[in-house]
Amino acid sequence: MKKYEDACSSSSEGPTESCKKVRKLQPNLCEFGFDWALLPQEILLNIFQFLPLLDRAYASQVCRGWNQAFHMPELWRCFEFELNQPASSYLKATHPDLIKQIIKRHSNHLQYVSFKVDSSTESAEAACDILSQLVNCSLKTLGLISTARPSFMELPKSHFISALTVVFVNSKSLSSLKIDDTPVDDPSLKVLVANNSDTLRMLKMSSCPHVSPAGILCVADQCHGLRELALNYHLLSDELLLALSSEKHVHLEHLRIDVVSENPGQHFHTIRKSSWDAMLRHSPKFNLVMYFFLYEDEFGPFFREEVPITHLYFGRSVSKDVLGRVGLHCPRLVELVVCANGLRPLDEELIRIAKRCTQLSAIGLGECEVSCSAFVEFVKMCGRRLSQLSIMEEVLIPDHKYNLDEIHWEVSKHLGRVWFPDMMPTW
Amino acid sequence: MVGNTIHWFRKGLRLHDNPSLKESIRGADTLRCVYILDPWFAGSSNVGISRWRFLLQCLEDLDASLRKLNSRLFVIRGQPTDVFPRLFQEWQTSQLSYEYDSEPFGKERDAAIQKLASEAGVEVTVKVSHTLYDLDKIIELNGGQSPLTYKRFQALISHMDAVESPAETITAEVMRKCATPISDDHDDMFAVPSLEELGFETEGLATAVWPGGETEALTRLERHLERKAWVANFERPRMNANSLLASPTGLSPYLRFGCLSCRLFYFKLTDLYRKVKKNSSPPLSLYGQLLWREFFYTTATNNPRFDKMEGNPVCVQIPWDRNPEALAKWAEGRTGFPWIDAIMTQLRQEGWIHHLARHAVACFLTRGDLWISWEEGMKVFEELLLDADWSVNAGSWMWLSCSSFFQQFFHCYCPVGFGRRTDPNGDYIRRYLPILKAFPAKYIFDPWNAPESVQKAAKCVIGMHYPKPMVHHTEASRLNIQRMTQIYQQLSCYRGLGEHRAQPAETTANSLKIRLESLEESKQTPITNLIGNNIMCFFYSGRGHAAVKRSSEDLTPGGSNKAQRQTSN
Repeated sequence: MKKYEDACSSSSEGPTESCKKVRKLQPNLCEFGFDWALLPQEILLNIFQFLPLLDRAYASQVCRGWNQAFHMPELWRCFEFELNQPASSYLKATHPDLIKQIIKRHSNHLQYVSFKVDSSTESAEAACDILSQLVNCSLKTLGLISTARPSFMELPKSHFISALTVVFVNSKSLSSLKIDDTPVDDPSLKVLVANNSDTLRMLKMSSCPHVSPAGILCVADQCHGLRELALNYHLLSDELLLALSSEKHVHLEHLRIDVVSENPGQHFHTIRKSSWDAMLRHSPKFNLVMYFFLYEDEFGPFFREEVPITHLYFGRSVSKDVLGRVGLHCPRLVELVVCANGLRPLDEELIRIAKRCTQLSAIGLGECEVSCSAFVEFVKMCGRRLSQLSIMEEVLIPDHKYNLDEIHWEVSKHLGRVWFPDMMPTW
Repeated sequence: MVGNTIHWFRKGLRLHDNPSLKESIRGADTLRCVYILDPWFAGSSNVGISRWRFLLQCLEDLDASLRKLNSRLFVIRGQPTDVFPRLFQEWQTSQLSYEYDSEPFGKERDAAIQKLASEAGVEVTVKVSHTLYDLDKIIELNGGQSPLTYKRFQALISHMDAVESPAETITAEVMRKCATPISDDHDDMFAVPSLEELGFETEGLATAVWPGGETEALTRLERHLERKAWVANFERPRMNANSLLASPTGLSPYLRFGCLSCRLFYFKLTDLYRKVKKNSSPPLSLYGQLLWREFFYTTATNNPRFDKMEGNPVCVQIPWDRNPEALAKWAEGRTGFPWIDAIMTQLRQEGWIHHLARHAVACFLTRGDLWISWEEGMKVFEELLLDADWSVNAGSWMWLSCSSFFQQFFHCYCPVGFGRRTDPNGDYIRRYLPILKAFPAKYIFDPWNAPESVQKAAKCVIGMHYPKPMVHHTEASRLNIQRMTQIYQQLSCYRGLGEHRAQPAETTANSLKIRLESLEESKQTPITNLIGNNIMCFFYSGRGHAAVKRSSEDLTPGGSNKAQRQTSN
């Protein structure tokens, strides 16, 4: 019996070796008299789900029964294709043979698929290649993720579109679609809508420069089940917001907008307050997440009127004036991140935000200046609702009331937990 | 029995606070201090001319100091494992001493030498003096694990026993009867080599901005403390344009090579604080620079893969881009962003840049703009930066690229804005990039935006005399924020749902570990808070940011929220 146990547990040999040893001894019985080959498929399935793919592949070599289990549809519902080239990535790629196997045997089992590609055009090509072969799939989820440079954008547009529309046309049940930084265009969105309008719940398409406001409006008009949408500001229009607030439409849960400046001095259109109001009436709990990547002087059209932003991120330097307007016009604000401001203290602006943004629970400040007293005041006013307080050490300016060593006790007191500013190595 | 002792200098290039040397001298009849120029040692494979020069100056200084004690330094070329058996024989050695080296490769090398020593009947004396504490004790206090976060580290430090006082300086009195046999041909055999002898081209090499050596280190220490006393302010000084320039009171390279004892610095700072503030308990922040150094040494000491991403249990696996061309532009100061290029030029010319300048260029290379691996940046710093040693360099690069320890990646240094705020007049740029000298302050940080007339007037046309910017910063930072968000969302998936995922065990376990440690910290020790979770919530305040995560919410038959993500290997 001991020899058998050794054979079973020796993982240093390949599975076939252990298999041979097992055969030499009593067929398939372990010390409890239980035959491994009789393990029900459902239990095998359960166990296999916990194994990394490679280990599972080894297990599948043990015997026919386990090999069958390896190929059960349930194990092939989700797959993430990792497409990397050694010249452009440090990470390994999904083996081409495995990809062939999946397409041959399991393409009709696939339901949740994502592609992770590196910055090489070859990887993006490979992704399109696989996409074009997914004719038997009814995908529920599709994600095209560039892990470095957006290599999908370097493909010939038509090539990409034809591969993508294969999935749109064949799946007919797409629920989640993530196609940021791709050359998707209006006609392909029409195809998406024509085939998946009943099922589409989530669409993420930030930085898709070939889409126009009309294109996205088509999606909003037809896909009444849309709950989550991510796009760039240039696609946002009053019409779109109204379409998303129409009676036929479900409550929107999450709208993410990237406001990105291509060149300094770019002009941005305004959205009417009435459109935001309509959104809010229709979906009172929706999250409006806005990422701003603008130059300081491009904020003209923004924050002039009340806007229902809940999560606000300033990726570049933003002026005191704009932050003052944020305090005035964003009553629903929950999270605020300011990457940089400048060398004039934001005392007043912060206090105003504490006063008027009564839902604020998370704030992050980098490369700004706030006097210690004002900061303590801010924290006192927000109190325990501030669950995330991420302030770079350099932001806090000691004054006559507090120095850096004292401030963390004061702040901790008002927060109800121990708090320190964020530190960066000083070497 | 004649006691012949060898003291082996590696770091710790000083005669003050050198307990292993002091111990070695006690009872010995002869002393020989050696430095072994090991061309194959891990650290020295990628060392630029500035660092070699600094080292040689340190050795010259040591030699000069030893001469005053009727001794000399013996510089020997070769690998320690080859050199020592020969020396033990030739010099009839009875004792070998050296300062403890906490780095993994150092420990390995020293273990091999200890074995050789015991085979030759040589006693080995090792003492801790490169760090404030015995790092193993800190790790022991943390349950046998290196602390992963700085906050945790600070908490441990506050529970440690006091730092040991510096050992007495080696003087003639300490030496007493111990002598050094010096042969007539000592200079031919054992002299400190010159840069030329090592094969470097020295024509046109400017004088060192940071002269090496213990003498210089101690002078600087005095100046440093004088300045602090005069200002009577121990707060961190506000950053301004002047801070960017090399300071005559800067100490980091001297700490790295051991010309200055960190314990001496520690005690002198403490004394000064107590005197000026009439206060007996200095805050931990007073020792910021020293503690960060200590922290990185502690985290690295048991991790031979600390300087790599792959196979490193404390490093987040990030899909960095491989791009040698872009890397070269960054390393050589040709990015087209004057702020970045000036910093990299100062680094190459002088061997030191301000820590915020380091943050700026590290962020630009990794998570800010180029999305290139921190390992590449680390190698460039290793070559050029005087105070970069293995642990501190790797640790800092992981930190700045958000690969470990520090998850606040929302803050990205702008290669234009940050520079402009620090040095509004642009003098720093003009000093290190003379080609841009004639640009007005308005445009010197983003000269590509200057009208053609301004460029022509400045006799520097962008694209011809100075490169165009190599990336569109806004676009790059937008993309990279997305990338980072994706990665951290996936990591937190594992913790949030607490399920087993089909991922390589290492990544899961370690990202879990960092998060769990943060959680643990908040429960156990009183002076830490929950790091790493802060702005995270911002980035997944909506469901379904990752399509594949969504999939797990749509149930598969018979399984509730079971992790179904499969990855290839």
